[in-house]
Amino acid sequence: MSNKVIHVLYNDDDILMDAVKQTRAAHHHIEEVYTPFPVHGLDKAMGLAPTRLAICSFLYGLVGLSVATSMLYYIMIVDWPQDIGGKPSFSFIQNMPAFVPVMFEMTVFFAAHLMVITFYMRSKLWPFKEAENPDVRTTDDHFLMEVSVHGDVDQMVSFFENTGAVEVKVIEKH
Amino acid sequence: MYTFSSKLKTFSFILMIVGVLGIGYSFFTAPKDINDVEAILASQHGHHGDAHAEGAEHHDAKDAHVNTAHSEDAHAAAGHDAHDAHGAEAHEAHDEHTHHLKHVLQQLQNKPWAGVYVAALFFMLISLGALAFYAIQNAASAGWSPVLFRVMEGISAYLIPGAVIVFLLLVLGVMGSHHLFVWMDKDVVAHDHLIQGKSGYLNGPFFLIRAALFMGGWIFYRQYARKVSLAQDEASDNLNFKKSFKAAASFLVFFIVSESIMSWDWIMSVDPHWFSTLFGWYVFASFVVSAVTVIAMVTLYLKSQGYLEYVNTSHIHDLAKFMFGFSVFWTYLWFSQFMLIWYADIPEEITYFVTRIEHYNLPFFGMVVMNFVLPVLILVNTDFKRLTWIVVLAGTIILCGHYVDFFNMIMPATVGDQWFIGAGEIGSILFFMGLFIFVVFSAISKAPLLAKRNPLIEESKHFHY
Repeated sequence: MSNKVIHVLYNDDDILMDAVKQTRAAHHHIEEVYTPFPVHGLDKAMGLAPTRLAICSFLYGLVGLSVATSMLYYIMIVDWPQDIGGKPSFSFIQNMPAFVPVMFEMTVFFAAHLMVITFYMRSKLWPFKEAENPDVRTTDDHFLMEVSVHGDVDQMVSFFENTGAVEVKVIEKH
Repeated sequence: MYTFSSKLKTFSFILMIVGVLGIGYSFFTAPKDINDVEAILASQHGHHGDAHAEGAEHHDAKDAHVNTAHSEDAHAAAGHDAHDAHGAEAHEAHDEHTHHLKHVLQQLQNKPWAGVYVAALFFMLISLGALAFYAIQNAASAGWSPVLFRVMEGISAYLIPGAVIVFLLLVLGVMGSHHLFVWMDKDVVAHDHLIQGKSGYLNGPFFLIRAALFMGGWIFYRQYARKVSLAQDEASDNLNFKKSFKAAASFLVFFIVSESIMSWDWIMSVDPHWFSTLFGWYVFASFVVSAVTVIAMVTLYLKSQGYLEYVNTSHIHDLAKFMFGFSVFWTYLWFSQFMLIWYADIPEEITYFVTRIEHYNLPFFGMVVMNFVLPVLILVNTDFKRLTWIVVLAGTIILCGHYVDFFNMIMPATVGDQWFIGAGEIGSILFFMGLFIFVVFSAISKAPLLAKRNPLIEESKHFHY
């Protein structure tokens, strides 16, 4: 079983987009695309499943809202009720308007932070992690498409050379 | 080119006729004098008494009722000698009763007028909101929206009849035909130091001059923008496009100032003692979300009839995002206004919310559900924003919710606890909806649906998310 991949480099995002569409039409398997900046619509062109991060975010928001509500209920009503501005905290519902800003902020805080952490974990990113991009030029001005090899390598190379690539390399991946 | 289908035209006429009947019925059945009021109150209290079998409780309830109404009076005449207004002891019980009946009579006589006024204002502001949204698109040179420009221009066409009707209602108020604006009543002002202090601003002539100026300015921009937009279709250069950009930018400056003052004049001044510094924004948020909703719904209707072939789900998605975003924005302003006043608890400010929570509990909190909770939950999902039936469902809830919002702004000060959404209110909604549909679709049918020479039209046609 060969672990050969082809690295195809482009120097323009429009050419890359067209190449991705052609590659998919020719039934080659795109392993990954490395770009210096997010390319709009690339995920759809590659046929990636839509992100489920939004669902996570919504659930994290609900967690934040519940944490804030129970926290405020315990602190302000159960544990230490105070009379603030003539509004004694003996009832949660009657003091609720004063708690809404906290509830809102905690919802946003939980949704945002947990979503970012989820994103890092799903992308296998953590501090001091070694960069995965196979070619440093992808951090500057080049776009790299990694395609797994199947069948005739020479035929594939000539196919990619016709997609507007500036460079096509066959690489043994470990 | 769109042709106004005879079915829709008939539908709009039916709405107008049913509406006129409803409005006529509400004016016809409004009480003429205090004897009618006494009969109405007796029947109301009769029901109340049935609910509470105990006679004593009934008596309590009646007492409380009289006292509440009376303290409202005291508030309305604050500054007027506190002793007189407050005189629970000073007045004979009979005098007090008659006084209360007169008060309720005025509220019930206001009711049909208030119903008409709320609906007239609501639909006029929807078309104003669509015009402001259109101006924002032009001033921002937005690339996604030019395929929708003719829809927005069509909706803004209602501004002319809508503004004329609202202006007539304001003129009738100044002339004394109705008493929605208590500061227009000379007897009230004579006993009210606070309104006297504001009379340099709140007086009939200046009020009408401001109204005419603002409405004139909006209509002028609307007509000009429509003219250059149509001229651009036939032009060989982009001069008209540049003109529409400059006009939109100037209009937005004029709009945000005039809109704010308009909201004080036509809405906030029904409660002449009360004020809120973010009221202009709050009103703006309410009608702009309604306007975007109407744009989305008219677009979906035209699309379902086979027009607007370049409008794709991404355009609908963007409109739904605006519906979602402006709903949250409205809630933010509603809550900011509510929380600061609730927390400070200053008597002259808090009465506004006390009245609403005591007498308008269901519409007041119901509208928060309709304008915030439901739109957020329905529209939060990306895929849902592209589905026609979801957008129409959310849009219907938003429109009903914001009608209730305007209802809550006007009614407590004009009809008090005598409010009811009945023949007059629903009739007014139906009448103005019929007129709105008729004017808007007539305007849409008068020009091609694609602004074909707009320099951004290609980008708009290929817009995708």
